[in-house]
Amino acid sequence: MAVARRGVHRTRWIRLQVFRYAAFLFAAIFFLVPIGAMLEFSTRSNSGARTLEYWKSIVTFPDLIGTVGAPGQATGIVASLELALITSVVMLVLLVPTMVWVRLKLKRLNRIVEFICLLPLTIPAIVLVVGLFPMYIWLGSNFSDSILTLALAYVVLVLPYCYRTLDSGLGAIDVKTLSEAARSLGARWEQVMWRVIAPNISNAILNATLLSVALVLGEYTIANNLLYNNLQVELVHLGRTNAGVSIAVAVASLLFAFVLLIAISFVGGRPRRARPEAATKLGAGPVQGSAG
Amino acid sequence: MKLGNLWRHLALAVVAVFVVAACGSSNGSGSSSCSESTAKTATSVTACGGLDALIAAAKSEGRLNVIALPRDWANYGAILDKFTATYGIPITSDNPDGSSQDEVNAVQQLSTTSRAPDVLDVGIAVALANVNLFAPYKVSTWGDILDSQKEATGLWFEDYGGFMSVGYDSSKVPTITSFDDLLGSAFKGKVALNGDPTKANAALNGVMMANLAEGGSLDDISKGVDFFHRLKQAGNFTPVQATTATVKNGTTPVVLDWDYLSAAHGTDVPTWKVFVPNNAILGGYYAQAINKNAPHPAAARLWEEFLYSNTGQNLWLAGLARPVRQAAMQKDGSIDAAAAAKLPPVNGTPKFLSDAQATAAKNYLVAHWLTAIS
Amino acid sequence: MGTLPFFVYVSAFLLLPTGIVAIGALFDANNAFTLENYAHLSRSFVVKSTIDTTVVSAITAVLGAVLGSLLAYAIATGNPNGVLRRVSISASGVLAQFGGVTLAFAFIASIGPAGFVYLFAQSHGFDFYAHGIWLFEPIQGLSLVYLYFQIPLMVLVFLPALDGIKPQWREAAESLGGSTWHYWRYVAGPILFPAFLGGTLLLFANAFSAYATANALINQGAPMLAQQISNAISSEVGAAEPGFAKAIAVQMIVIVTLVTILYSLLQRRTSRWL
Repeated sequence: MAVARRGVHRTRWIRLQVFRYAAFLFAAIFFLVPIGAMLEFSTRSNSGARTLEYWKSIVTFPDLIGTVGAPGQATGIVASLELALITSVVMLVLLVPTMVWVRLKLKRLNRIVEFICLLPLTIPAIVLVVGLFPMYIWLGSNFSDSILTLALAYVVLVLPYCYRTLDSGLGAIDVKTLSEAARSLGARWEQVMWRVIAPNISNAILNATLLSVALVLGEYTIANNLLYNNLQVELVHLGRTNAGVSIAVAVASLLFAFVLLIAISFVGGRPRRARPEAATKLGAGPVQGSAG
Repeated sequence: MKLGNLWRHLALAVVAVFVVAACGSSNGSGSSSCSESTAKTATSVTACGGLDALIAAAKSEGRLNVIALPRDWANYGAILDKFTATYGIPITSDNPDGSSQDEVNAVQQLSTTSRAPDVLDVGIAVALANVNLFAPYKVSTWGDILDSQKEATGLWFEDYGGFMSVGYDSSKVPTITSFDDLLGSAFKGKVALNGDPTKANAALNGVMMANLAEGGSLDDISKGVDFFHRLKQAGNFTPVQATTATVKNGTTPVVLDWDYLSAAHGTDVPTWKVFVPNNAILGGYYAQAINKNAPHPAAARLWEEFLYSNTGQNLWLAGLARPVRQAAMQKDGSIDAAAAAKLPPVNGTPKFLSDAQATAAKNYLVAHWLTAIS
Repeated sequence: MGTLPFFVYVSAFLLLPTGIVAIGALFDANNAFTLENYAHLSRSFVVKSTIDTTVVSAITAVLGAVLGSLLAYAIATGNPNGVLRRVSISASGVLAQFGGVTLAFAFIASIGPAGFVYLFAQSHGFDFYAHGIWLFEPIQGLSLVYLYFQIPLMVLVFLPALDGIKPQWREAAESLGGSTWHYWRYVAGPILFPAFLGGTLLLFANAFSAYATANALINQGAPMLAQQISNAISSEVGAAEPGFAKAIAVQMIVIVTLVTILYSLLQRRTSRWL
């Protein structure tokens, strides 16, 4: 929503900027004060002096990084990163075509898909894992025991967040016109998805990916109850050393996820012009000047 | 014909030599006769061909799975490290914050996988309720454990224990000399239990300690619940989950917990003190058990042997827990005297909850705890 | 059918486990059929917990949605390639999934009774815990702490809808003589409302099933339904009732289903007169 200064009344622009600054100020206070409290605590030694010892001890913890395939399964950061990647990819591949299809052809299924995508959030993880045990036993004995099978459960966990994000994005574009135009020019359905729809909802895809990566990196209950040691489980282990380390480790985990998400946001979400020539030929309409 | 007979006799002799040699080796003089199938049902170290055979079998299994053993609980961090250093067997430690029930759930749900726990360290109530999941095993120091502290066939046996205590930061609250001090105004919003008593063993025993201190008996926990009601009315009872962080930060400067767990706060708070009321010495032990379907049965048994050796017991002592062989070790001098001297002083006879009393306490709590603390 | 992969996957990893849980509630510890688990849902502390959980979820859903969408608007009206936008959405992603013991501690360490904000205010004469420590009460304290992840979640979920608003629509509305109010009420509002409502529903379900944060802040008495479930599964003092835990879970699904139906009716209604 690039608000061009030209053509907008000055007073409205000033009001908008005042609102924006106020909003960011309150947000900064509300969100940064608790984190500041954690930072302060994690750098406070027993005698009250400032110290970095707890932060330093994080890097000396061997199981934190983890290795792939070591004694049978990966642990720690490596495992969680791999899981995040697999989960995001599978989620996008599963959700985007399905949601587009439902919008185009199967409108009656809309509420059903919406409800299914909300279901994982209604069941607390501790109970969901009880229902997942039989499936994981079966998987373990017939396919693989690896920690990466957790991705299958994680895709289900991220469904609510990603569905809602993608739905917002799809609702903002005219899926029907775009796809009909592309089809009438001879595009196959994969091309419609990949080269027409996806670029137009790139922001929604990015946000959905960010949410799913953050969820996987922060997931504890299911991995723990299935006796896998992912990043968060290793952090709990590490946090039992002493109080300062437990909080330093939590803040480090947040910072790690934050840096990773910023990096991801550079990969996706760059502004795109509406590339599909089909759409521009239709003349001015909502799809012109699509949002970056 | 004579030559044929000679060959036959020679062949027989050769076979006989091999058979004798084979028999000889299976009579255990250090060679590995402890295969996976025998380890699974071995009820003692001799049944598995001796300690060396057990070690060899455990090494070939290559791993030990443990569950709910946080590193700062009764010095388990050092114990896990020492085991791996001594025998070269890596340990996978799962679900560090799990309760005893979580351990049993994991065994039941995941028993057919290679990730299932090999050994358990559970509260007595949970052990008694789940003997059908355990394999009987008697460690070589079996005789040092009192009959009242073990199941006769070796399905479970107590490992370490301590007494319920009031741990507090002496720089934030005044010295506690009697249990009723907690009702004073200096303790406003500062007293915490280690968990919800309808869920956590340590919390249930905390309420029972209050019960005994207020003149109640082991059979009836009502005075303890009433104490917490009064504590809540005075505004002194805080519902926050007490962690090392909340203790250090000063939000929960008073925590009712097992004395060996409480002592761990000393690493964060140099002014931490542990108080065991003289009229309410409530003891509690945990128990070891081996998973019947352990994925690494030899390693599991080796772990038990290690825990009940002098090394293992003394390591628990270093964590300020009282190892079950403490009396025997004190008698024969194998105890670590310096560590034993650091144990919180206890003057009086300790009481222990029987299973029936624990159940009665649980029932009362489930019915009355919520209304008492609302 | 293009939707087949989705339904197959979801059946295996979501519907099947849910079914296992729902049916598991019909059996007791000896695997005999029983309706007791469902009957136990009428226990008074479960009813109270249900009400409290629903209230907290509703409050944080609505407040989180409103504040989140305002914050999202502030982000959306900025430079789409700018640093601020990237930082904001990345921070929102991280904070939306932040919770549990450490989030509780973050609030305890700042506005808790030993937190620096409280101590600072107290030393200047303003004791905001004079009438009791509301941080440890479900409705007041938990709601505030839940907002910490509800607002960022709404930001991420609602932002794509805001991105779809074209500046030309504003200009068109103005050229027809419409004021700011007209623009929001008749142009942008109706377009954004479905996404707004969907976000609110998501926030409701998110708060409804949240467990770890509530458990760290209010560890006594299991005020939230998810804590009741955890007690029934992990109790090591003999109060474990796995069947009952499953029954509570089914009840939670039922409640969220009802709220979803409400939402769906609201969507249909408002699409007509908005």
